[in-house]
Amino acid sequence: MPDITSQYDLGEILMKMTQKFLGATAALALTAGAAAADPAILFDLGGKFDKSFNESAYNGAERWAQETGGSYAEVEIQSDAQREQAIRRFAESGANPIVMAGFSWATPLAEVAADYPDTKFAIIDMVVDAPNVRSVVFNEHEGSYLVGMMAAMASETDTVSFVGGMDIPLIRRFACGYAQGVKAVNPDATIIANMTGTTPAAWNDPVKGSELTQAQISQGSDVVFAAAGGTGVGVLQTAADEGILSIGVDSNQNYLHPGQVLTSMMKRVDNAVYEAMMMGEDLETGFNVMGIGNGGVGYALDEFNADLVSEEMQATVDTAAAAITAGELSVHDYMGDETCPALTF
Amino acid sequence: MDVMPKWADVILIPLISILLAAILSAIVILAIGENPWEALKLMVSGALGSTYGWGYTLYYATNFIFTGLAVAIAFHARMFNIGGEGQALIGGLGVALACLFIPWPHWTLALLGAAVMAALFGAAWAAIPAFLQAKRGSHIVITTIMFNFIAAALLNYLLIGALKVPGSMEPATAKFPEATHLPSFQDMFNFGDTTFFRGAPANITFFVGLAACVALWALIWRTRLGYEIRSFGHSESAAKYAGISPTRIIMVSMLISGGLAGMMAINNVQGEAERLVLNAVEGAGFIGIAVALMGRSHPFGVLLAALLFGFLYQGGAELALWTSIPRELIIVIQALVILFTGALDNMVRMPLERLFLSMRRAKNEGRTI
Repeated sequence: MPDITSQYDLGEILMKMTQKFLGATAALALTAGAAAADPAILFDLGGKFDKSFNESAYNGAERWAQETGGSYAEVEIQSDAQREQAIRRFAESGANPIVMAGFSWATPLAEVAADYPDTKFAIIDMVVDAPNVRSVVFNEHEGSYLVGMMAAMASETDTVSFVGGMDIPLIRRFACGYAQGVKAVNPDATIIANMTGTTPAAWNDPVKGSELTQAQISQGSDVVFAAAGGTGVGVLQTAADEGILSIGVDSNQNYLHPGQVLTSMMKRVDNAVYEAMMMGEDLETGFNVMGIGNGGVGYALDEFNADLVSEEMQATVDTAAAAITAGELSVHDYMGDETCPALTF
Repeated sequence: MDVMPKWADVILIPLISILLAAILSAIVILAIGENPWEALKLMVSGALGSTYGWGYTLYYATNFIFTGLAVAIAFHARMFNIGGEGQALIGGLGVALACLFIPWPHWTLALLGAAVMAALFGAAWAAIPAFLQAKRGSHIVITTIMFNFIAAALLNYLLIGALKVPGSMEPATAKFPEATHLPSFQDMFNFGDTTFFRGAPANITFFVGLAACVALWALIWRTRLGYEIRSFGHSESAAKYAGISPTRIIMVSMLISGGLAGMMAINNVQGEAERLVLNAVEGAGFIGIAVALMGRSHPFGVLLAALLFGFLYQGGAELALWTSIPRELIIVIQALVILFTGALDNMVRMPLERLFLSMRRAKNEGRTI
């Protein structure tokens, strides 16, 4: 069943349509130009303008294209059946490297990678063990820990909350890191954690996200962290409407509601994509962890949330970040043992 | 006497419908600043220009053959089975259970066993709405639609619970064992130095689909049961008067329909994915309705329409890969074809009938003078 396009996507399409009217020939030239040995990027089902994970990947690819003047091939798949097809088609056209964003690509990639030994692949958020694959995973629990600390410091009710997308170990890892950060600042704080759903539809359900936020507000929460892809748009909207603070995820979402988004847990998918494309055909394969130390995760500070983040808050968080980098402070990783000391699911 | 000659009904109307859909699609593509002629060329070469493209086109077509036949047989009994989607999902469950928990020695036996399980599960899913229709008069359209949602919810529950691989983030079953893997076209048409259908998912199920077309044709037009189903479809009261039991016909036609929809799962679950994933059917159950309408509920027509929709699906995927046409608009193009060939049949039929009438009148007048 096709998913319902949110109003935000519609805006994008309209914008794109106007652009296309003006630059039709340019667009065609771009398509024709994407030929052999160009990199390719494959987005996950949320689509490249999800304001979150996929958009971050898209921004990384765009940054590469602008800096190098190169062009890349891309596809937004419509269904799971197209995953293997998309990888194969790009590999056969000579695209190199082929970057894919999302853990769902792991199964098809594991199958296809061996058939194209001369092509380099990069996958984000999952590990595929093959000689020509670069696997990039992020220490989301570390970044979530930092924004958890900020949430606890900003909260006046001593109750903060979390809205996850699909209930998978990866998202529990976000929630667990967040809860640990909250407890580090305020051991007595209450943390309410909810998941939007158990299927991939939970990544793109802003209405449900909004409902969950309402419920959490009625339980006293005054800071909500959304780690839910496109669903987060609804969470942030409701938080802004109801006058509580929210925390964005993946991309810097501070600008969505200036002065009402406390910060964003930045997961620099864009950096991962950019680096992979920069290395081109000489892509370094193997296992890669992006944490606080190497700028893979962090919190966002810009003109939109400058008034919300006090100097004291910033100092505390930066100290913690330095301690994590130095190895003095270790944040428990939910995916290590599927348990969480600070939160029960 | 029919208003139109047979060839106009079977060939001319679908052709004009496709043409209209194509013209509208071209306008849509033009409006977003792409070249419709290039897009069409890309679709044709991507879907039919190589054995690889054919491998995908035939794979999608196989899905639509099964769901199309499922809708067609129900149409003959004047039943509108909208539940192909759910029946195919549950058929997939049957395939997954058969492949995961029975140690098959060879793929031929696995194919047979999985096909039987798929058909049984699909038929069982159709049996409840059919029974409610036959005994309680609950409208089959409503109940089959609702059963789609129940099927989806049931599979969600199983795929994130009992059937999921522990520790995995994906809602999917484990890979089926090697012995259950069906031979793909790549395995079947491998002549040493040249490999045809490389990497394409089309598999032996396509031939099962062709066999199902022939079997259904024989059933509808060459058996007593087929005769009963058709008479029931044409006039329930006449059929009753002739001693045909409505309950029996409703149940039997819906069981066959559900079984056929369920058998689609040997193509997509056992043949392609080799594991059961969430939403494995991906709308093929609904496409089956358009396929059956366009194919005039005749197995051969269903086969042709399924090939057309297979082409549209594979061509659409190629458009998504090689142009900057957004995926939403590719769905629009596919929907336009469904709209014109399925829903707007009368829009083309009525003017055409009028045309043929006036032509005949002119001829008759010419004779009298």
